[in-house]
Amino acid sequence: MTRHALPSRISYAECTARERLDQVFDEDSFHEWLPPAQRVTSPHLAQLGVPVSFDDGVAIGRARLDGRDVFVAAQEGAFMGGGVGEIHGAKLVGLLRRALRDRPEAVLLLAESGGVRLHEANAGLIAVSEVMRALLDVRAAGIPVIVLIGGAYGCFGGMGIVARCADHIVMSDVGRLAMSGPEVIEASHGVEEFDSRDRALVWRTTGGKHRYLMGDCDQLVDDDVAEFRAAAIRALSAARAMTLAALEAEHALLAKRLRDAQGATDAIALWQRIGIEKSNSVPELNASQVRALRPGQEVAR
Amino acid sequence: MKWTELAAALFGAHHEIVADGDFLSGTAMLDGEPITVVGTTGHAPIGYELALRQARAILDTMAHHPGRPILLMIDTQGQQLRRHDELLGINRAMAHLGCCIDLARRRGHRVIGLVYDQALSGGFITSGLIADACYALPEAEIRVMRIPAMARVTKLPEAMLTELSRENPVFAPGVENYVAMGGVRALWRGDLAAALRDALARTPTDDTRAQDGAQRSGRRHAAPTTQLVLDAI
Repeated sequence: MTRHALPSRISYAECTARERLDQVFDEDSFHEWLPPAQRVTSPHLAQLGVPVSFDDGVAIGRARLDGRDVFVAAQEGAFMGGGVGEIHGAKLVGLLRRALRDRPEAVLLLAESGGVRLHEANAGLIAVSEVMRALLDVRAAGIPVIVLIGGAYGCFGGMGIVARCADHIVMSDVGRLAMSGPEVIEASHGVEEFDSRDRALVWRTTGGKHRYLMGDCDQLVDDDVAEFRAAAIRALSAARAMTLAALEAEHALLAKRLRDAQGATDAIALWQRIGIEKSNSVPELNASQVRALRPGQEVAR
Repeated sequence: MKWTELAAALFGAHHEIVADGDFLSGTAMLDGEPITVVGTTGHAPIGYELALRQARAILDTMAHHPGRPILLMIDTQGQQLRRHDELLGINRAMAHLGCCIDLARRRGHRVIGLVYDQALSGGFITSGLIADACYALPEAEIRVMRIPAMARVTKLPEAMLTELSRENPVFAPGVENYVAMGGVRALWRGDLAAALRDALARTPTDDTRAQDGAQRSGRRHAAPTTQLVLDAI
C-alpha cells in the first residue's frame, strides 16, 4: 500500500484510536466523555493483576464532521486487541443511549476489536449484546450508525456482528471484518481448514476488498485517514430504515450468495461466480481499481 | 434436557415442532394460543446457513402471523469455525438473524430465549441475547470459554481464575453466573409451561440487563458506567 502513497498520506491503520478521532473529524472538535483523567478502568483486569487502561480501550464523545454534530467512539486495538469488557461495553452502550436522547446527526464507530475480552468473558459477551440492542434502537430512531474499519486488529467476533447491524460500513483494503479469527479456526479444524500464516488467504477471506466485492461493506478506501474522512462524510445520509421489506431483501441476497458459493472453496472462485471480471488480479489492485469492479447494483441492508 | 422432552413439558402434545438436522421449527399451542418455536439442537454449531434458516422462520412469523410470540430454544456450541462460513460472511448472516429478532420485537412479537442445553458465545449472541429476555434451565451450561482455555488465552494461572470465579461471576461459566450478571433473567424450574406463560406475560420489552446485573451484584459496573456517560458534561 505504501508504495503508492503520496508524501502527505497518513495511514489509518498505523494511527491510534485518538489520532484517528483527530484526523477523521473536524479539527479540535472531539469532546470526550469519561476521558482518561477520570480513570474509569476495568476492575476485573485489576483483580487479575493485568495492566488497565484509563479509558478501558475506547474513547467516546461528541465531535463534528463536516460541520455536523455527531457522536463518536474509537476502539484502541493496541489495548487488549480492542476487546470488549464490562466498562468498555458500557461506554459504548452509554454513547448509543445518549444518542437516542440527544439526537446527533449520526453515530460513528471507529471499530478495532477482536470481540469479547476473554479476561472478563461473561460480562463482555452480555455487553456486546447490549451494544447491539442499543445500536438498533438508535437506527430505529432514524439516526444513522456508520462503522469505519481499518485498524491492524480488524473487527472480529461480536464486534463483527455489531458492525453488520449498522447502516453503513467503510473499510480500507487492509481492514478485516469477520467472525472468528484465522488462528481460532486453524486451532479448531487444522491448518488444512485455514492456514492462519497464509496472509494472502487471510485477506482474500476477510479483508476489505473481499468484503467490498461481496457487498459486505459499502465503501472501500485506501489506508489513508483523509479517505476515511471523506467516506464518513459521504455516509452521513446513509440511514436505512429497518423494515420487514428491507430484511426480506437482505435475506434474499444472503440466500442467493449461499447458492452462488456452492463448490466455491476460495474467494477468487466466489468472485468469478458473482461476475467479477479478472478475479485473479484482484489481490494486486488498489482500492479505486477494486471499486470499479463491483457489479452495479448497491446491496440491500 | 432433550428438545423433545422440553417440548412435551412446555406444550404436551400440542405442538408440531420438527427437527431438520440441527434446526428446530414449528408451531406450538400454549393455553390455546399459537407460538412460533425456532431453535437448534445437538449442540449445533451456528454457521451461515443455520443462521439463515432461523432468520427465515422469524421473517415468516412476522409476515404471516403478526404479533405471534416466538420462543427461541437454544442449544449451540457457538459459531461454526470454518473458513467457508467466514468467506460467505458468517458475521453478516448472524447480524441478519439478530436484526430479524430485533425487528420482531419492535413489531410487537414477544421473543423469549430459553437455553435448554448449552449456549456459547457466537451462537448465543444473536439469539437468546437479543430476545426480549433470555431464560435458562438450571442444568443448562452457558459460557464463552471454559476456565482451562481461558487460562491459556489470558496466560493467567488456572487456580487463580478458579478462585476469583467464586466471588466474581465474570470469570466462570454457569447459568447462575449469567443470572447474577443479568444476562439470563431467571431459571425455569418445576412447571415449565407456567414459567413460559409467566415470561410471556411479564418480560419487559426494554433492555434491563445492566440494572438487573447491578441489583444482583453480578455485574456492578455496567449500569453506573452507562449512567456516567449519560450525565457527562
